[in-house]
Amino acid sequence: MKDRREFLKGAATGAVLLGSQGKLALAGMMAPRQEKGKSRVVVARDAGLGAGAPDEKRVLDLLDHAITTYTGRAKPSEAWNSVGFPHIHKNHVVGLKVNGLGGRGISTHAVLIQAICERLQQAGVSAGNIVVWDRNARDLGACGMKISTDPSKVRCYGSDVAGYEEQQEAWGVARIRLSKILTRECAVVINVPILKDHEMAGLTFAMKNMYGVVDRPDSLHANNCNPAVADLNCIPMIREKICITIGDALSSVYQGGPGFHPERLWYPNALIVGEDRVAVDHTALQMLDRKRVQAGLPTLAAAGRASRYIEVAADTQHNLGVNDPKRIQLLEV
Amino acid sequence: MLLSRRWIVMTAVLAIAAATAGTGCKKSKSNPFPASGAVAGWEKSSETRTFAAKDLWQYIDGDAEQYISAGVVSTSTSDYKYKGQLEAVVDVYTMGDSAGAKKILETGQTPDAKSVQLGDACVAYGQSVIFRKGPYLVRIVAYEATPDGPQALLALAHGVESKL
Repeated sequence: MKDRREFLKGAATGAVLLGSQGKLALAGMMAPRQEKGKSRVVVARDAGLGAGAPDEKRVLDLLDHAITTYTGRAKPSEAWNSVGFPHIHKNHVVGLKVNGLGGRGISTHAVLIQAICERLQQAGVSAGNIVVWDRNARDLGACGMKISTDPSKVRCYGSDVAGYEEQQEAWGVARIRLSKILTRECAVVINVPILKDHEMAGLTFAMKNMYGVVDRPDSLHANNCNPAVADLNCIPMIREKICITIGDALSSVYQGGPGFHPERLWYPNALIVGEDRVAVDHTALQMLDRKRVQAGLPTLAAAGRASRYIEVAADTQHNLGVNDPKRIQLLEV
Repeated sequence: MLLSRRWIVMTAVLAIAAATAGTGCKKSKSNPFPASGAVAGWEKSSETRTFAAKDLWQYIDGDAEQYISAGVVSTSTSDYKYKGQLEAVVDVYTMGDSAGAKKILETGQTPDAKSVQLGDACVAYGQSVIFRKGPYLVRIVAYEATPDGPQALLALAHGVESKL
């Protein structure tokens, strides 16, 4: 993961993208409570959400709780303002990459998407500069979102509308074409995946959600998606533009994913927030494994589906973040 | 000449009969989805979408691999609604043979599965029914739990099974 000095250097030379500047703003703002050399991850829970459709107000409160804890600011308005969006991205587009692949029942919840959009607007981002996106209309519908390209409102459409770049990008085993929503539309992207078990990858959450920004995700499934997940996240546009993960762990499937398996549905009633996508995935993996053991199932590693891409993403070659618990400041609230 | 004409007529009749039989068979196999009202309370609420094995990732992405390794040939899916409220999806996986369907059904089973007499084998949960019949593996899933959901799902499953 880039350190602050690298970011400052990059910003000064104009070499980094807006996403990295967002990171810089966030890193600088968090400094007072950030443990030096550690990646902060917040797991915010609200047991009162219970099972079933999450309550709109409670999810907004939970989001505020997560962001205020993450930023170290007392008030939600200060927290969102300090995230840097209004200052850096006033005239730029902020994307929310959601995940509706699993279909209705196990997709990023619309209430969370709407809560993030609401807070972004209160922080100064105009509605038309927010784009909620995923692979296609079907996935967005699964999240409970309606397609809209009206520039005066929060926009919502898929890569099926925007298309993919002609030019292929490559990093390691990843040879893909990126969605034009990522390359041409968004200055920065908030990653809003949903926590799930995955038949091949083991865990699907922050880094795996990037499979939804490419034209042929099926080409990245070999060898339990390793090192494809890590390689894909190293593609510069993905590495730089994804500024933070606000992960949806309101409900989840702990076995049989990534599709909807109601018999394996689980309600962690949590949000997992962090800039370090590797630390976020490491934290999510621990949660998923704990649930599996509690349910009498083997851990993902014991089941032969270890999410090895997480440690690969942390290695010196990929350098996407940290997976060493000693280097993660985990705040559970 | 007369013999030749008779031969032509007979051939034509046989060809038409064979074509009709073929079409009939194909129709019943390719449309296992009950029409609205065919099963009490259930409406078919979307068009049927069909994915060839090579395109299955477009529908279920990471889940596709286990079906492909079990020999899936194609997958058809349609949404349903029960009494205008309970929403469900019906997925019909056409496997290469019954062994493929058996493999998928057994792999996905959990201890809380309730065994039901339907098709060659069937399990039911509170929000889902999964059964196999010959090379077909059918998965019916409701998006929420309701008191009458389990019975309604079973009724729909019987409706699908009778069309396979």
